[in-house]
Amino acid sequence: MSNEAVLHAPTTTITHHHDAHADHGHEHHHHETFITKYVFSQDHKMIAKQFLITGMVWAVLGGLMSVLFRLQLGYPDAKFPWLQDLLGKFWVEDGKITAQAYYALVTTHGTVLVFFVLTAGLSGTFANFLIPLQIGARDMASPFMNMLSYWFFFAASCVMLSSLFVETGPFSGGWTAYPPLSALGQASPGSKTGMDLWLIAMALFVVSSLLGGLNYIATVLNMRTKGMSMTRMPLTIWALFFTAVLGVLSFPVLFSGFILLIFDRNFGTSFYLSDLYVNGVTLPNEGGSAILFQHLFWFLGHPEVYIILLPAMGMVSEILSTNARKPIFGYIAMIGSLFAIAILAFLVWAHHMFVTGLNPFLGSIFVLLTLLIAVPSAIKVFNWLTTLWRGNIRFTPGMLFAIGFVSLFISGGLTGIWLGNSALDIHLHDTYFVIAHFHIVMGVASMFGMFAGVYHWYPKMYGRYLNNTLAYTHFWITLIGAYLIFWPMHYQGLAGMPRRYYDYSIWESFKQFAELNRFISTVAMVVFATQLLFLFNFFYSIFKGRKVTNQNPWGSTTLEWTAPIRPGHGNWPGEIPEVHRWAYDYGKDGRDFVPQTEPVGANESHH
Amino acid sequence: MTTVSSNEPKRLHPHKFTLWVAMGSICMMFAGLTSAYIVKRNQANWLEFALPKSFYYSTAAIMLSSATMYIALKAFKARERSRYKNFIALTAVLGVLFGVLQTLGFNELTSQGIKLLGFGSNAAASFLVPIIGLHMLHVAGGIIALLVTLFRAFGRKIKSYNTTPIEIVATYWHFVDLLWIYLFIFLAWIK
Repeated sequence: MSNEAVLHAPTTTITHHHDAHADHGHEHHHHETFITKYVFSQDHKMIAKQFLITGMVWAVLGGLMSVLFRLQLGYPDAKFPWLQDLLGKFWVEDGKITAQAYYALVTTHGTVLVFFVLTAGLSGTFANFLIPLQIGARDMASPFMNMLSYWFFFAASCVMLSSLFVETGPFSGGWTAYPPLSALGQASPGSKTGMDLWLIAMALFVVSSLLGGLNYIATVLNMRTKGMSMTRMPLTIWALFFTAVLGVLSFPVLFSGFILLIFDRNFGTSFYLSDLYVNGVTLPNEGGSAILFQHLFWFLGHPEVYIILLPAMGMVSEILSTNARKPIFGYIAMIGSLFAIAILAFLVWAHHMFVTGLNPFLGSIFVLLTLLIAVPSAIKVFNWLTTLWRGNIRFTPGMLFAIGFVSLFISGGLTGIWLGNSALDIHLHDTYFVIAHFHIVMGVASMFGMFAGVYHWYPKMYGRYLNNTLAYTHFWITLIGAYLIFWPMHYQGLAGMPRRYYDYSIWESFKQFAELNRFISTVAMVVFATQLLFLFNFFYSIFKGRKVTNQNPWGSTTLEWTAPIRPGHGNWPGEIPEVHRWAYDYGKDGRDFVPQTEPVGANESHH
Repeated sequence: MTTVSSNEPKRLHPHKFTLWVAMGSICMMFAGLTSAYIVKRNQANWLEFALPKSFYYSTAAIMLSSATMYIALKAFKARERSRYKNFIALTAVLGVLFGVLQTLGFNELTSQGIKLLGFGSNAAASFLVPIIGLHMLHVAGGIIALLVTLFRAFGRKIKSYNTTPIEIVATYWHFVDLLWIYLFIFLAWIK
């Protein structure tokens, strides 16, 4: 039954009345104004672009923040009077970045990159863009909810942005917002208005994620075109589907953690607070447990890592297969490993809490479950490498970023095996080793997945190509730079250098790293500057890039390339194409590729 | 609209499906809160007290409202419009009554000297506010949905016999009812 049929089958309406929910199945063309086309759009492709560009704005802001705090770490004695003129006294005093500003920068950098860039910017963009196009649907199950999802994200962005401008500064207690720092206004300047705004922004963000996630799940399960069985779906869709499931099940738990935090902050309850002395004053709160927040936070926090990583994994699988001109190796194993990761994601949260006084026996169970994640991860890496093995590799920019992702995932994943051990974690927790691990495996790797996706699907998004020279420069400097920034941090962490310190030069044990810190900071600035190449390339090419003339520029099998070069709202002008085979018939029977829409021949076996 | 042959098995309407996923999501939120409750309960300084009587009455009210909702849906399907309107309105009224009784329950606790919020409050009592409060917000959402359905039933000149919107409201209403029964048993049993 087609989507139209599902949406209207139970309708025995005498006169069909239009409401916002019911009119998207058709292919009639609305008269679109600027507002309905570019602002309050219900077209999944436009919403995807809105998510992408908002995510890019946040990536620039979050990246700039890291440049600022790296400036402090690399050059603790230098003075920057010009920065004071630019940013004002809260941020820079006497030419030096203030301690309060440093913590605010670290906190906001983390929050923004994890949630606004790598969750909203990554799965918001590609789930919106690819799900309907790759499963053969005219739009999402509920385009209206989809629009709301973006605007809640936009509202969250505005509130978070506004927290940068309040007098006491943005929240500065770390992106994990552990109480009591996050619960008590008197704990630090950032815990006052900044924290209130942080909580409001995050609550709005959770709503946005849930609205989006519900829609992605409903769309994947209900709106597939004829012949698109679950096992014919491209791996991108599988990955985005599991991502949405993780989000829908774990964000509400974070939300309940936030609710209790709000009560502690504003209504004098003691869920998380007990036995506190602030500035010599004894607080009346009794019997609360700060660890309780950590349980609730990390029950989301750990799945969140996979919410960030899975979309990148899915897109990389698709891009590797397309550009190696080979079927993905082990398609079912790829789905199975995604599923295993999604399940395990919920069972490992306490590995963030090994040193909180957790029962060592319980800890050992979490060690076992954590290390089990290595199994599906290794399956994925093996399959990516075997997909590349003896392929006719085309090194497009998207392909390079996809290979870069695999490289980073291996390097970062290996240190995960170290950190997953509760015994090793006693030494390594809260050191630069952790920073190095999660930046490589989750941060930079997912960023590479995002870049791979943008370079690969840009022709579909804007009907133009990106400039290749800029793209290759962008890739090489970013890849080498990422390793140069984060590799040395492993050594610092092993030497016991703790994270979140304002100035290491006053510590006898860490003085030796002064030059290494300066080196890391310098590379960080170069890598940040290189991202401007990408930004220029992106925006310039929207208007001036080489036009796409070939409907299927990469020779792909999937459905999005059967739509017109610049698809309208509804994606396909005529009937939605029917699917006859899986998405990975590359190099089959002497043919370069066989699109999913081609019926299975008499002498072919079924997939 | 394209004409389609519907010889394939009938699939769930996407909006209904979305509701089911959303209900799963809401369950996770309350699972988070109730597990936090259990974790907290196993630590020192936990106050034990009996639930107020009003909560028993509110449980009866919301269970009754599920029955009226069921009758309303049946009436809609049988195209008995006035019966449908009456029972939808009755359901909404019972929903409001539920909210009132919950609030009375909080007052009852306060008058017994159990401090819910503020300094000196015990987490055992404080937990009731976010848990029951969030549930009341979900009921309020249901009441708004009922009112919208009701106004549509009165206001529309062209009659719609599409059962999907009312079925979605009904499913959600039964869900908040079941959710309350779970929370009630949980709070009454584990104290």
